Amino acid sequence: MKRNIQFREALSSALADEMTADPSVFVFGLDVPDHKRIFGSTAGLLEKFGPERVFDTPLSEDAMTGAALGAALAGLRPVHVHIRVDFALLGMNQIINMISNLRYMTGGQIGKLPIVIRAVIGRGWGQSAQHSKSLQGMFAHFPGLKVVMPSSPQDAYSLLRASIRDDNPVIFLEHRWLYDVVGEVDDAHAVPLGLANVRRHGKDITLVCTSWMNVEAHKAADLLARRGVEAEIVDVRSIAPLDAATILKSVRRTGRCIVADYDWSFCGFAAELAAQIHHGCFKELKAPVERVGFAHTPCPTTRPLENLFYPSAKTLVRAAERLLGLDEMDLSQEKFYTYEVNFKGPF
Amino acid sequence: MSEPNLPFSILNEDGSCPERYRALLNDADLLAIHDMILFSRHFDRRMMMLQRQGRLGFYMTSTGEESTMIGATFCLKPDDPIFLSYREIGCLLWRKVDLRLIMNQLIGNSRDLCKGRQMPIHFCFREWGFPSVSSPVGTQLPHACGYAYAARELATGQVCLAFLGEGTASEGDFHTALNFAGVFRVPCIYLIRNNGYAISTPEAAQTAAKSLAARAAGYGMPGLQVDGNDLLALVNAMRWAVARARDGEGPTLIEAMTYRMGAHSTADDPSAYRSEEETARWAKVDNLARLEHHVRWRGLYDEARKQEALARHEETVRALIADSECWPPPPLDSLFEDVFEHANAHLLEQREEYLRFLAWKARRRAGEMAEAARG
Ligand SMILES: Cc1ncc(C[n+]2csc(CCOP(=O)(O)OP(=O)(O)O)c2C)c(N)n1
Repeated sequence: MKRNIQFREALSSALADEMTADPSVFVFGLDVPDHKRIFGSTAGLLEKFGPERVFDTPLSEDAMTGAALGAALAGLRPVHVHIRVDFALLGMNQIINMISNLRYMTGGQIGKLPIVIRAVIGRGWGQSAQHSKSLQGMFAHFPGLKVVMPSSPQDAYSLLRASIRDDNPVIFLEHRWLYDVVGEVDDAHAVPLGLANVRRHGKDITLVCTSWMNVEAHKAADLLARRGVEAEIVDVRSIAPLDAATILKSVRRTGRCIVADYDWSFCGFAAELAAQIHHGCFKELKAPVERVGFAHTPCPTTRPLENLFYPSAKTLVRAAERLLGLDEMDLSQEKFYTYEVNFKGPF
Repeated sequence: MSEPNLPFSILNEDGSCPERYRALLNDADLLAIHDMILFSRHFDRRMMMLQRQGRLGFYMTSTGEESTMIGATFCLKPDDPIFLSYREIGCLLWRKVDLRLIMNQLIGNSRDLCKGRQMPIHFCFREWGFPSVSSPVGTQLPHACGYAYAARELATGQVCLAFLGEGTASEGDFHTALNFAGVFRVPCIYLIRNNGYAISTPEAAQTAAKSLAARAAGYGMPGLQVDGNDLLALVNAMRWAVARARDGEGPTLIEAMTYRMGAHSTADDPSAYRSEEETARWAKVDNLARLEHHVRWRGLYDEARKQEALARHEETVRALIADSECWPPPPLDSLFEDVFEHANAHLLEQREEYLRFLAWKARRRAGEMAEAARG
């Protein structure tokens, strides 16, 4: 069935469909069954599946992460949800020392660890340094964790289903602002983990994007199109495992590349991408790969500082112009950070 | 080590109290605390309005719990550090933190001591003994323990106070901090504001135990449960705990039973998860109302004084808002400061790049203005 739905509903549908298909799936975490339902992304589940399979927890992230591991050992498929990825940091001992290593350390005896950890990332209003992290690069750094970042409703739906069905631990990162995005979702359309997606075709420059940067990239591509530049957008979608082939194929064709990772670039996933692209496209590259990410400072709060901290379509246009050797086009009539201005919360 | 037999409540419904507890607070202190609670309540109300008008990004009220924070601060010396969770503006008010600094932090303007880098309410006022509020809950609990340990090593004579909500008592940091405090017998007081809710999660979903104070036994320290809506009972318990800590007898856990009368924060709507009947029941035993009965019972207060105070508080808050809103946001290139004590080359490079961009914008603006003048 095909429907036009919001990203949040794509997530709740994916959860409902998996829970219907497999009674061993359960969803838990702070605020999961409350009136707001994690920005609507767990809506309807409590009513449909009851408090045994959809529940709130005491304020104990570390214990809940360890409990997810315990439940997985016993044969269930837990989906643990964090309203902010920053709070998943309290469970890092369990995630990194235990969950990511366990299959390997036990010689494969613990062969199935079907744990999904969903976490919200990204900008809201003035979230500051302790409510705004993304951390995909950090998670992907550890062998044994899959890391997924959908940016469209279809991907949210299909990748969440694939993540729940996967027998490996998966970290599933959702940008706060993407929940409002509407798109067609076909529930018969499966997307396996580990494939990038070319979201827009172009011949002049490749924009390799994660999460919200895809939205900024589309705007940047529209602006660049006005001056005849055709940008190609590759949505990474799966940070680990990484589909380098799709990315390299695009860059080999365009010869120019901006890596736009929704995170700090320094020592981050962007650095990994840049290294792989330089290595794989050395002959075809007409300019060094450019990285666009957060300012390398903690995230501030007041809006003017936040606007400086976060990259936007404008940052991407300017970076593309530099790579292409073009003058800066006039952007004075354009609005940037429009989502930020319209954003009314909740925070 | 065992708990003393302190009363859960002292104030009676009619505002009276047993004669022997009257001396807990003299008239002047009592009036000052009452006035501060009144101010705090008014400040909360005005900040909520400001947020609804879009002039403030975020706010968290302490409405309903003021006696706990102000009473506890009253029992300390001015240089005793207080490790706040986030719902304790009363502590700052009692210590007379410059109100403009509080307001500037909430707005995040160029005069904000945090330079626009922390969420509103996440204060840091070192001069007044408030290290730092953090968003991830519970982090302050081990800090208080470590500070108290250092204070004893350095023989400063300080006692630490750490606040938390009952929800936060479920975090690992709570358990480990209290265990550490017990083992090292540090001069530290842990004060749980049990206001019934952690955002929408009721206390019953947080713990199967009847009392959080009872956990103290497991850490080898006394645990006191008191009526947090009763200033006198709170002061009585705090005094006992402070004296113990100062005498080198170690930490105490206090659980103050109270109620979060407002929303968790401006992003919350409590009507979605609790009944009006419940809210109304608690409103009847609101700490401010009970204290007002008491000051009236002592013959210290009447309607005229109350009206005078409210008008005075409104004038103060109005002036504060006006003042804080006339300052610009922090300068943009301040984004790159304070990451390290001295900026490294990487940061300086980012800053330079940004300044070049600004200069370019300024040049263009000048060009446009010249053009407009010609045209
Ligand atoms: C580690 C962590 N997990 C989750 C949150 C989200 N959160 C913010 S406040 C809060 C409730 C805390 O409740 P409580 O400790 O009872 O204090 P109260 O708000 O009632 O004063 C939660 C869950 C957080 N800030 N930090």
